[in-house]
Amino acid sequence: MLDKMPRAVTTRIGNDAARRDRSVERDVVYLYEEPLRLWHWVNAAAILVLGITGYVIGTGIPSMPGEANDNFLFGYLRFAHFFAGYVLAIGFLLRIYLALVGNSHARQIFYVPIWRRCFWSALWHAVRWYAFLAAEPKKHVGHNPLAQLAMFFMFTLTTTFMIVTGFALYAQGSGNDSWQDELFGWVFAIWPNSQDVHTWHRLGMWVIVCFALLHIYAAVWEDIMSRRSIISSIISGEREFRD
Amino acid sequence: MVAARETFYDVIKRQGITRRSFLKFCSLTAVSLGLGPLAANDIANALETKPRMPVIWMHGLECTCCSESFIRSAHPLVKDAVLSMISLDYDDTIMAAAGHQAEAILEETRVKYKGQYVLAVEGNAPLNEGGMFCIDGGKPFVEKLNSMADDCMAIIAWGTCASWGCVQAAKPNPTRAVPIDKVITNKPIIKVPGCPPIAEVMTGVVTFITTFGKLPELDRQGRPKMFYSQRIHDKCYRRPHFDAGQFVEEWDDEGARKGYCLYKMGCKGPTSYNACSTVRWNGGISFPIQSGHGCFACTEDGFWDRGSTYDHLTTIKQFGIEKNADQIGMAAAGVAGLTLAAHAAVTAAKRLTRKGDGAAQDNHRG
Repeated sequence: MLDKMPRAVTTRIGNDAARRDRSVERDVVYLYEEPLRLWHWVNAAAILVLGITGYVIGTGIPSMPGEANDNFLFGYLRFAHFFAGYVLAIGFLLRIYLALVGNSHARQIFYVPIWRRCFWSALWHAVRWYAFLAAEPKKHVGHNPLAQLAMFFMFTLTTTFMIVTGFALYAQGSGNDSWQDELFGWVFAIWPNSQDVHTWHRLGMWVIVCFALLHIYAAVWEDIMSRRSIISSIISGEREFRD
Repeated sequence: MVAARETFYDVIKRQGITRRSFLKFCSLTAVSLGLGPLAANDIANALETKPRMPVIWMHGLECTCCSESFIRSAHPLVKDAVLSMISLDYDDTIMAAAGHQAEAILEETRVKYKGQYVLAVEGNAPLNEGGMFCIDGGKPFVEKLNSMADDCMAIIAWGTCASWGCVQAAKPNPTRAVPIDKVITNKPIIKVPGCPPIAEVMTGVVTFITTFGKLPELDRQGRPKMFYSQRIHDKCYRRPHFDAGQFVEEWDDEGARKGYCLYKMGCKGPTSYNACSTVRWNGGISFPIQSGHGCFACTEDGFWDRGSTYDHLTTIKQFGIEKNADQIGMAAAGVAGLTLAAHAAVTAAKRLTRKGDGAAQDNHRG
């Protein structure tokens, strides 16, 4: 894995820069392709909508005044939740396709290379770097091992879980003979009382909230501390090494 | 026992029911089972030709609320179900025979109608201490259940006790009460959950089985689709208030008087499968939500162990303290947020001190 070996990275940075005829004064690697960046922001927006509407749907809203036939607020909130859910789910499928056809960076959130020794050493280094014990960060082109762990467990697995439980709960409304029930109804074989599925779906939301906090904080912190671009990378697609 | 091989039509003819009324009943039953008008002929034919089905009704660890509900059925009247449609050969709660006489019927039915009788089980079997927590006829109930189940055609698991375990299986479940499908695994089991199930649902299931000689179509969890395929929430007459966002917030507030949605008062309608909001109770008079109280989820697995009846979010006990998903999630997010803030503070402090060092060094050099 190129990311894990500084020397290989340098070579790669050189190659990449030369091939794309970019400035060599500052090392730049193009790593996030357009569809991947687009997915990131659409997905972020969907999660924002899902999180807010989902929280409100679970707790309820202050009562609307007037007659029932003049209001449809809760209906609209649920519609927004389902719409954003479909965006997230279809986006996630396209994201898997992207991982198959895209570059190696598009695959990084779908696995944790625990079988590689350099992963563990780099992980240990990353832990020390975040604990202020290592003086210099490793020049990872993609995610550092700690980020990869968080991405895989807190984002990829949790999102898969949310999609599966989400569609299972949706099947409760769409009925026994809907495709949602055909595909995801088995969830109720694990939790026969759908109230449990609601509870797990809600805990999943809080995992995603924690992930979002960590993700945004780490992106800003790394951008400042590690001397490589992070925030602009998911807009431009380029990773810039500042020294 | 004498009339056990009579048909349903033979019996009601003897009771003075005209053929016209009989056919009306068949049409009504066909429609109420959602089968369409053509099935009325099939029902009439079946009830005229097929011998009545022998039913053994057993009571395990339970409160008899299923029987109480059953005897209040209005459509069809329970007397029609018990005295005409089926041949209820054994039901220790309502039968006239007692003692050895009653127990002899079990053995007789088992031998005479091997593979033809329906075993209706109300309540469940406690397994702890060799089943000693429920003794019936001098033997643990689980033994009676096993022996009668061996030769039956199918089992009806009446109520939440037999279907899921209900209150006696609630934590810590000292008697280790288990639902019927955990004891009997080699027979078709139809679950009719509810605490108790609706009377018309019970007689509806009995009518279907006696008419067609087979179990109705079941869902993934073994419940008859005709009564359990939709949630209370899906057919609730207060649903428009839910969609509008109009909720009862206190038991005595304006919303409660106006009949708003009870979602925020912990109504479990959105997670409960039953026919209450369509069939209702006591001859279609009312059901919990109509009387202003949220649904208890009495048809659902382990509803006793899901925290307060009046909370929408489940209590999670794995953390030692009773918390719901939101409290745990917010605590986790709070801890994460504080950690990040502390981390940011340390970073800032480090950078400031390093800058100070750098400046000092520069001065020194200069």
